[in-house]
Amino acid sequence: MKFAIQINEGPYQHQASDSAYLFTKAALEKGHEIFRVFFYHDGVNNGTRLTTPPQDDRHIVNRWAELAEQHDLDLVVCVAAAQRRGLVDEGEAQRNGKDATNIHPGFRISGLGQLVEAAIQSDRLVVFGD
Amino acid sequence: MSEVVKKFLYLNRKAPYGTIYAWESLEVVLIGAAFDQEVRLLFVDDGVYQLVKGQDTRGIGMKNFSPTYRTLGDYEVKSVYVDQASLEARGLTQDDLVAIAWEDWETEEEIENIVEVVDAARVSELMDESDVIFSF
Repeated sequence: MKFAIQINEGPYQHQASDSAYLFTKAALEKGHEIFRVFFYHDGVNNGTRLTTPPQDDRHIVNRWAELAEQHDLDLVVCVAAAQRRGLVDEGEAQRNGKDATNIHPGFRISGLGQLVEAAIQSDRLVVFGD
Repeated sequence: MSEVVKKFLYLNRKAPYGTIYAWESLEVVLIGAAFDQEVRLLFVDDGVYQLVKGQDTRGIGMKNFSPTYRTLGDYEVKSVYVDQASLEARGLTQDDLVAIAWEDWETEEEIENIVEVVDAARVSELMDESDVIFSF
C-alpha cells in the first residue's frame, strides 16, 4: 500500500512525530511505500538541524533524516507554516532577507500543494497530531 | 492538475483562535482548490465556532480570518456540514452561523447557503464515504 504521512506537532513536546516515525518505519519494513512525509503546523519544527536533545534521548530530527536516506523518503516541510515559525533554507533566507538557515539537509521546504498531491496519489493519508 | 478525483473531507475540530489549526486548515482548503477534487468540509466539537458569524478579534490582536469562510464557494467547496450535537452542546443554532453561497460558473446554478446541519449518523456516513480525511 502507498501511504502519505502528515505530522502536525513539533518534536519532544508531543508524541505525534515519534508515532509517525515508528509507523513509517514499520510500514517500510512490511514492504509498503511511503509517498511523502509532510510536516505541517508546529510539525515543521521536526526539520531543524539545530535540535540538540540530551545524549541519552532519541534524536528525532536526525532519526527522520537517517530513515529518509535509507529509504529515499521525501520529507517536506510546509513553507507557509515554516515561515511563521522560523524554519529557513537557503532560498527562503534569500527571499526574506534572513541572516541564517536552520533546515536539516534531509528535509526540503515546499508548498501545501505537496500535501494535497500526496493525498491524491496515495492509497491512505495518515495524520499524526492532536 | 490531476486526473484522479477523490472525495476530500476536511474535518475541523478546534475553536478558531486558541490554536492555529483552524486557520492553517483553511489554508490547505484554499490551496487544494487548484487540484479539482470533490471537497467537503465538516465542523464538529469546538470546530463549529469557526463558522459563527460576527466574529471580532480586535481585543486579542489576532487576524480575523472568519470572512474567508463565506468565500469558500469560490474555492471548489460545494458542501459544508456542521454536526448538530456539537452545535446544541454549545447553545448554538444554524442562525448563529455564516451562510456560504455557491454558484456553478458554467451552468449558473446557484445555492444560497451550502451550510447544512447534520446528525451523528450522517457525520459517520460522511467520514465513511471519503477517500481522504484531513483532520485538523
